[in-house]
Amino acid sequence: MSLFEGRGLACRRGERWVFAALDFALPAGGALLLTGPNGSGKSSLLRVMAGLLPPAEGSLLWDGAPLRAEPEGHRRRLHFLGHQDAVKPVLSARENLAFWAALRGGAAAAETLERALAAFRLEALAEVPARLLSAGQKRRLALSRLLASPAELWLLDEPSVGLDRASDRALAEALAAHRAGGGRIVASSHVPLELPGAETLDLDAFAATSAEPWPDADWSEAPWSEIP
Amino acid sequence: MERDSVKAFLGIVGRDLRLALRQRADALMVVLFFVLTGALFPFGLGPEPNLLARIAPGIIWVTALLAVLLSLERLFLADYEDGALELMALSPLPLSAIVLAKALAHWLTTGLPLMAAAPLIALLYNLDEAALPLTLATLALGTPSLTLIGAVGAALSLGARRGGALIPLLVLPLTIPVLIFGVGAIDAELAGLSTKPHLLLLGAILVLALPFAPIAAAAAIRQAVE
Repeated sequence: MSLFEGRGLACRRGERWVFAALDFALPAGGALLLTGPNGSGKSSLLRVMAGLLPPAEGSLLWDGAPLRAEPEGHRRRLHFLGHQDAVKPVLSARENLAFWAALRGGAAAAETLERALAAFRLEALAEVPARLLSAGQKRRLALSRLLASPAELWLLDEPSVGLDRASDRALAEALAAHRAGGGRIVASSHVPLELPGAETLDLDAFAATSAEPWPDADWSEAPWSEIP
Repeated sequence: MERDSVKAFLGIVGRDLRLALRQRADALMVVLFFVLTGALFPFGLGPEPNLLARIAPGIIWVTALLAVLLSLERLFLADYEDGALELMALSPLPLSAIVLAKALAHWLTTGLPLMAAAPLIALLYNLDEAALPLTLATLALGTPSLTLIGAVGAALSLGARRGGALIPLLVLPLTIPVLIFGVGAIDAELAGLSTKPHLLLLGAILVLALPFAPIAAAAAIRQAVE
């Protein structure tokens, strides 16, 4: 069975090491829940997994093959949901959704779009300009993007932020259906997220605060180190 | 796969055109800036028909260049701020193709309206009527280069504080050749000389900018969305 793996991953943001020596393995149908306090690198890890941020050390593998070799193939199989909803205020909900579906290859069938909208109860709002949507409704529109075009790997950064209880359930159903179809999920969350059987990855355990801030800079040889 | 890419490319052009159409004020502002700035010089220089006719090519080109610079900020900034740009960077379509699609939509909503407004300035300055078709031809060849070169500056300024003020500083020096050959062609026409070398050089700049500017802008965007 193919695995999505990370080996010895490390991430540096500016001068700070966020995490180091992080390993994970995610089989088809699996889920990985990222936990940890603010700033422990949950978002950074998701961005590394998406290929937005190159890891400072270590490598990502899909089915044993390094992702660095074929980044476009990796982009084809993933959905990324960040903190921002990427919803254009002057386009209607359906227009927003149709654009993202089309960008990911082929015009999505109208019924796929309808199903994606219906999954998060947005049918009634489909023609409404997105600037009139509330924050939670915009989040639901961003979530329906996951269903509007198929992708094997879902990378979700705090997917349930701002959702009401009914939408929380809709999200849990969508996640379960995706995994039942062999899809993989990596999600970060502060609130309990319904992911039965998910492996938990606590990023606090990989915190690299004790590491040298600049391990590649060795100042002990600097000329002024001789000065008493 | 190929057809999917073409569809995705056209999808971006269509979306940006639709956004521009629903936010018409942005495109209109650029054209108004062009016309008003162009109309300003006669007030400063005095109503001297010969002088105005002589400086018309330069005025048209300089104001067109400034108008394009004014519009560059909206090329990527809104998509960067609402997270759309990072999703585009994660789409299967190469990022340089996405930049090219956005540049095409940008030119259709700035370069083309500027060309439509240029005859008005030409009339204001009493530019020789016979030189008008050539003036439009230089704009048609030159403004796409301005958009493409500008896209690199706009991409580089993403994430910088006061990025909007940074773009002209980055882009202006690089656009001087376009300005020189654009004005040179019109001046040559007015003097009865051959315009061909100028037009060929304008075309050469466009041919170089078409492949290289999107690649450079895509690299800058990758840095910005890290």
